[in-house]
Amino acid sequence: METLNQLIHYVAQNGDYIWEQFYRHFLMTFYGVLFASIISIPLGILIAKYGKLSSWVLAIGSITQTIPALGAMAVIMILLGLGTNTAIVTLIIYSILPITQNTYVGMKDVDKTVVEAGYASGMTRFQLLRMVELPLAISVIMAGIRTAFVIGIGIAAIGAFVGAGGLGAIILTGTNATDGTAIILAGAIPTALMAIIVDLFLGWVERKLQPIKSSKSKAA
Amino acid sequence: MLEFKNVTKRYDGKTAVKNLNLNIKKGEFVCFIGPSGCGKTTTMKMVNRLIGISGGDILVEGKNIKEQDAVELRRSIGYVIQQIGLMPHMTIKENIVLVGTLLKWSKEKKDQRARELLKLVDLPEEYLNKYPHELSGGQQQRIGVLRALAANPPLILMDEPFGALDPITRDSLQDEFKKLQKELGKTIVFVTHDMDEALKLGDRIVIMKDGEVVQADTPDEILRNPANEFVEEFLGKDRLIQGRPDVTTVEQIMENKPITVPVGTTLRDAISIMRDKHVDSLLVVDSANVLKGFIDIESINLNHKKAKVVDEIMEEGIYTVSHHSLLRDTIHKILRRGAKYAPVVDDNQRLVGIVTRATLANLVYDTIWGDGTELEELTQAAE
Ligand SMILES: Nc1ncnc2c1ncn2[C@@H]1O[C@H](COP(=O)(O)OP(=O)(O)O)[C@@H](O)[C@H]1O
Repeated sequence: METLNQLIHYVAQNGDYIWEQFYRHFLMTFYGVLFASIISIPLGILIAKYGKLSSWVLAIGSITQTIPALGAMAVIMILLGLGTNTAIVTLIIYSILPITQNTYVGMKDVDKTVVEAGYASGMTRFQLLRMVELPLAISVIMAGIRTAFVIGIGIAAIGAFVGAGGLGAIILTGTNATDGTAIILAGAIPTALMAIIVDLFLGWVERKLQPIKSSKSKAA
Repeated sequence: MLEFKNVTKRYDGKTAVKNLNLNIKKGEFVCFIGPSGCGKTTTMKMVNRLIGISGGDILVEGKNIKEQDAVELRRSIGYVIQQIGLMPHMTIKENIVLVGTLLKWSKEKKDQRARELLKLVDLPEEYLNKYPHELSGGQQQRIGVLRALAANPPLILMDEPFGALDPITRDSLQDEFKKLQKELGKTIVFVTHDMDEALKLGDRIVIMKDGEVVQADTPDEILRNPANEFVEEFLGKDRLIQGRPDVTTVEQIMENKPITVPVGTTLRDAISIMRDKHVDSLLVVDSANVLKGFIDIESINLNHKKAKVVDEIMEEGIYTVSHHSLLRDTIHKILRRGAKYAPVVDDNQRLVGIVTRATLANLVYDTIWGDGTELEELTQAAE
């Protein structure tokens, strides 16, 4: 009860600050996933087309995933110093695997006969990609982005250690304060909330992007 | 229209198609058939450059395909595959006019073309806004065919297009498509492994083995004169037995002396001819022996008071068959119409003979019990 009162008190007094960090946290994750997508989607397409590269790329990706995020961030900090950039680069690294992997799987799952039909109808490689393969793979790719985003929100919370700010900074303040449970919660609850909202929202987007529609649902 | 000149395809050392020479005329329906791996698909796919040629030339409407842009070439040639390959994320309309989209047609043109094409296969217009998975397999392949027709290409390549359908659907699609092909005058290259399909659809059948053409002829010619044992075996013995009626013409089995009366014969004379010859109807011909109609005992009975000569009461527009039409086409027609007989006429409508149900009965008897050799073969096959 005591903690709850303290939490309400803290939130009431620092509402703007929490909101600011919430926004910052979100943006950091967003940029990380965005840049990762810019790298990973073409990479996934490439390895789906040139099979030989795929095992290598996916293996390297898996290895990065096993390194603890805090350790990776420390290493990157040596290169880039303190600040938001270090956090974003870490986020990019951790987002590359799920997005690349899903792009790869999504592209591989596109029915070969549909691709052949498109090609034989006179599509250029680019048209095939834009009109057939990407639309059919997009929801799987989106699932990868969703995974990356939710993981990213957790990683961004660590960003506070390298001075990137975000909700992690509030949590850090709480751990340093005596009796700081309420402050920790004031950082942790919005973080969890953000993860849930983003997950639900991107899940919805993913369903919207389902390529195989039915005429009835469209009419309704 | 489509010319293969010494076409060869090698896959690292292995020759899939050897020195293929073939000339396909405009509007011709050519079926490629042969055992699996004989190179028929490879041959077909070289035409729209899905597979590159190792040697020789292919000419489409006189133009060497090597000198054309591959993408444009493909847009100008229809393509239908067994797995159908409709775009699952596009509506039926978008699927039908896919090539139109690639050719940057206006929206109006695409709408109009889609509607026009859908009519050809008797599907209702609501289908335009459906998605492929909402259609049955047969309907999907109808759309697959329409997609190939959309940009009105003179040439269409088909890779076992009806192979995955159930027999009844396949049969009706074959009929529909053959009719459509005739109407639209398309040239078709059709790959199949089903001999019945090839015999039914093809104007010409190209039988291949190990990358080479063994025989390229009309279905009748192939049934009549298989080039070698391989073709015979490929046709199957039963089919050669059945094949007899396939190459028999009506002329060979008809009765040569139908009972006729000239125009102007009185009813009284007609009746006495019927009585003498033990028949209940007579064919009426003019002086040049051109068939005019027929009279039967019923109509004489009903009209003998009013009419004097056969011309007045004879029925015209009688169903006839041509003397060189094939028996296999004729038998079904006669039986299906429930006609007692069919007069046989030559090209000038002159009466040359008659096929009666009794003639058919004799024929069936001969085919089944015949001279004994066929029966032996049948029993051997059964064992
Ligand atoms: N991509 C390929 N690489 C190597 N060999 C191939 C390839 N495609 C087909 N072949 C070979 O070429 C021959 C002809 O194949 P294909 O034209 O598909 O036969 P069909 O359609 O008559 O069954 C086969 O022996 C097949 O193994």
